[in-house]
Amino acid sequence: MVKEALFGKTLNELQELVLELGLPKFTAKQLTDWLYKKEVTSIEEMTNLSKKARQLLTEKYSFGLINSTKVQESTDGTKKYLFPTGNEKFVETAMIPDKDRKTVCVSSQVGCKMGCLFCMTGKQGFQGQLTAGEIVNQIRNIPEWQEVTNIVYMGMGEPFDNLDEVLKSTEIMTSEWGFAMSPRRITVSSIGIVPGLVRFLNESEAHLAISLHTPFHEERQQLMPVEIAYPLEDVIEEIRNWDFGRQRRVSFEYIVFHGLNDTPAHVREMAKLLDGIKCRINLIRFHPIPNTPLKGTDEATLVEFKEGLEKKGITTTIRASRGQDIYAACGLLSTKALVKN
Amino acid sequence: MPKAEEYQKKDIQLYKETITGNEEISPGVFVISYPRKHDFIPGQVVKIAINQTQPPRIYSICSGNHENEIRVLFNIKEDGFLTPKLATVIPGDSLLVSKPYGSFLGTDQPAYWIATGTGIAPYYSMFQSGQFENKTLIHGARHLNQFYFEDDLEWALGKNYIRCCSQEQSCDVFPGRVTDYLKTLTELPADQKYYLCGKALMVVEARDLLIEKGVPYENIVAEIYF
Repeated sequence: MVKEALFGKTLNELQELVLELGLPKFTAKQLTDWLYKKEVTSIEEMTNLSKKARQLLTEKYSFGLINSTKVQESTDGTKKYLFPTGNEKFVETAMIPDKDRKTVCVSSQVGCKMGCLFCMTGKQGFQGQLTAGEIVNQIRNIPEWQEVTNIVYMGMGEPFDNLDEVLKSTEIMTSEWGFAMSPRRITVSSIGIVPGLVRFLNESEAHLAISLHTPFHEERQQLMPVEIAYPLEDVIEEIRNWDFGRQRRVSFEYIVFHGLNDTPAHVREMAKLLDGIKCRINLIRFHPIPNTPLKGTDEATLVEFKEGLEKKGITTTIRASRGQDIYAACGLLSTKALVKN
Repeated sequence: MPKAEEYQKKDIQLYKETITGNEEISPGVFVISYPRKHDFIPGQVVKIAINQTQPPRIYSICSGNHENEIRVLFNIKEDGFLTPKLATVIPGDSLLVSKPYGSFLGTDQPAYWIATGTGIAPYYSMFQSGQFENKTLIHGARHLNQFYFEDDLEWALGKNYIRCCSQEQSCDVFPGRVTDYLKTLTELPADQKYYLCGKALMVVEARDLLIEKGVPYENIVAEIYF
């Protein structure tokens, strides 16, 4: 029988667990130190717990870290880790070094249900949800984990389609008893599932990124089927209810496709759509995927598009493509080849 | 910390409706009905919640737009919260529902309707609303008893109604998945709309196949059940 993992449990959950085992409540805090702050990997190494406590814990639980089974390194220093999951599937995680920063791009699901036309992950369909432990493991269990400065939920999957576990994972990352990271170092990216968006904005202080890609409803529907159920208009309306621009940030991701969403009309509509929202637009170069009918825009048009948005008063950046040679760049993560039918 | 009710208020408006029917049309698959109070365009969806404390889920309408009631097709998801409860609802019980909305819209133009499982629902709504002329319907299912509404559809669409069954065989049913059937097609009109409705993997694989066969992606309308 597979033992339940301790890693991925919150302080509250650990308190309940230790009380059930007849251990003192403070054992839970000791456990969080071992799980989330120290460099140990087994219950046996938790030396400030009594021998009886360790024995009781070992009978029912495992520490719960899952080792990566493959690492690829890009010429630009980006690394891609392959992690097995509890349901015998795999997810990928990217670690992107940049000067004094190390950003980890985590996955929240195995595959994805959203089916965006430009995304490689979408092509593998959906194979399952990750637990909070499996999400946090992607940070804790890479060699660089003590140096990680930023976390982005931009790997495989749609975070708001697995929001319970995503929120639990951010709680572990930001709590004093956990990684004690500032929520301002964490960005959760979504295509805009409105009920999830509302809940996330209420329950988390992490930054928000929305995959926008075009301001026009019909065009967005062709690129992103979610537009049918949760139109961008509703997403923006909800975002308007929130105060961004001080501590908390909202950004919009925009992959620029040749002849599709890189025109002056798109600049004008974007300015209209985002009027009054303190935000940033991240322009992303399209990384072609097999059999795609889409093409990335050329560099000159990309720069022109950026300048057009800036002239309208919108802070706009062009995201550097990282890890493209190892398929770790935006939209390229996939474990389809490893999915057993 | 805000409660679930507050999320609901911020979500689309839900109103109370009395259920008039709930019929199991195939093992684990139900059609639930309630009075129609709003106009809708075939292909649109409604949100349904069992109470104020749980988030609603989205379902395609499967009834015609001139009928007096709205019907919704659903299957029980073992690990789901809502569908096992919906299955136990009886006439006279109340549910919370939204006005119809959404942009997966049927038209009178020639088109391909492609679905798996309960993804047939929006097409049956279009069919019941009289939009079945010049349509080809390709429906995929694991078992032969999962071709919901097949008598009506076969009668009206004839050879333009293609059933694909991946785990059982029958003389008038294509043996295999929807995507296997699409692979056999040599010529597809590029100027028609192709509607896709169902689970993510079928939708993305069918979309790739259609694009490979020369259908512009602008003519593909996809709705994924998630």
